[in-house]
Amino acid sequence: MTDQDRSPSRREFLRAAGSAAAGVALAWVVVVRPAQATPAAMQEAIAKVVGTARVSPGKVKLELPPLVENGNTVPLVVKVESPMTETDHVRAIHVFAEKNPQPNVVSVFLGPRAGRASVSTRMRLADTQTVIAIAELSDGSFWSDRADVVVTLAACLEEP
Amino acid sequence: MASALIRVPERARRGEVVEIRALIGHPMETGYRRTQHGERIPRDIIRLFTCTYNGTEVFRAELHPAIAANPFIAFSTVATESGTIALHWTGDHGFTATESAAIVVE
Amino acid sequence: MVVVGLASGVFAGEIPHAERRSGYDFMSRETRAMQDDDGANPGLLWVLEGETAWSRKVGAAGRACADCHGDARASMKGVAARHPAFDAARGRPVNLEQRITACRTDRQQAAPLAYESRELLALTAYVARQSRGLPIEVALDERTRPFLEAGRATFERRQGQLNLACTQCHDEHWGRRLAGNVVPQGHPTGYPLYRLEWQSLGSLQRRLRGCLAGIRAEPYDYGAPELVDLELYLMWRARGMTIDAPAVRP
Repeated sequence: MTDQDRSPSRREFLRAAGSAAAGVALAWVVVVRPAQATPAAMQEAIAKVVGTARVSPGKVKLELPPLVENGNTVPLVVKVESPMTETDHVRAIHVFAEKNPQPNVVSVFLGPRAGRASVSTRMRLADTQTVIAIAELSDGSFWSDRADVVVTLAACLEEP
Repeated sequence: MASALIRVPERARRGEVVEIRALIGHPMETGYRRTQHGERIPRDIIRLFTCTYNGTEVFRAELHPAIAANPFIAFSTVATESGTIALHWTGDHGFTATESAAIVVE
Repeated sequence: MVVVGLASGVFAGEIPHAERRSGYDFMSRETRAMQDDDGANPGLLWVLEGETAWSRKVGAAGRACADCHGDARASMKGVAARHPAFDAARGRPVNLEQRITACRTDRQQAAPLAYESRELLALTAYVARQSRGLPIEVALDERTRPFLEAGRATFERRQGQLNLACTQCHDEHWGRRLAGNVVPQGHPTGYPLYRLEWQSLGSLQRRLRGCLAGIRAEPYDYGAPELVDLELYLMWRARGMTIDAPAVRP
């Protein structure tokens, strides 16, 4: 759904018309296109976490399969190089997605008791997009990694 | 309480970094899906997952709807002392769950 | 003619025995890892619930499964590998879900569990788990033959608005891609399984109904004889393959 208080751009109009046509052709299938985050919304979500600090690529390794079989469950691993001592450790890791309905995925809070800065979980991906992981270190610096993931839709759509 | 499967090592050496894995049954309803009649299915997710080690929080995760159904988390912690490692989940509509396991550290 | 075909075991279009592969082989490394780890496989959540349900006394008879069947790890070993199996009382094969429901109504005198209900899936998953690692072994004999033939006919019949027969994708085009997904051979080695698309555990019948909807055919109702016959045929087609329930599939 596009913003209601401004007239749709040509791209948005075509996208809406296209999905309306698709909706008519596949009337018995509920193909939902919820509001999508935009790269701008993701930047805003990132800014809420890092403030005005600089985010440098490096130290973080975000592992996602490059092509997923199903966007409902995508395994992800984030690792950050860090000795995890009292004076030098990872405080938090934040994961964001560019084109999910909303940009936040998960935020984990670590500390020296973690021993290792490594977290695995499973996320949802609504579409082919970029995922970003940002680590906050104990010295206040921010580091990041990004991964591009291709998401294909299931061939035979079922009712939910 | 929801079904959960946790993996906590039974024993470890002092100072060893051990992996903890947690899997809990929960639909993680995003709030973006609609029924066939077009009605929005309300959001119902786990919002917070924490791990305490003899009462002290050693790990915390804030979850959003982008976390897949039946959430799985694996993380590590330093085996500091014998005792209880407890995992807590809380979420929408008053959802709570707790699982714990004993760990022997020598 | 058909009897000769069944006896020799090979049809035109049927996948040669040695070339049969589980859907597991077509999955990504990550999805396979999800299945292999009992601490990460979401299907195990249902197995856990089934284990609890196994010991729960229910119904007017106040009986738990355990009261008659004892330790499921011993008594249920091989059961899922043999189902659908002929039920003399009903005069036709029944699948595992129907067998569990029959025990529930006849022996426990409790209300039947609805198809795809959480509890039925949990019990089915728990029972099927006890056959993990065993070869599929459904019986082909004088009693089951007509039902198996009916199931095979369904598998080979064009259906739906897309006018497709199961055999066209799953015997003739397996391994090729359809809209980004690899077409598997369709062997039910892992049911009930956790399907990423469903975000839940589900039965073989749920999957078959989904396939039928996918080719724009009217899906048979849960428990319909057409579906059980088809299950019987699919299990026979997969005879000798290893059960890996509860599996994970995309």
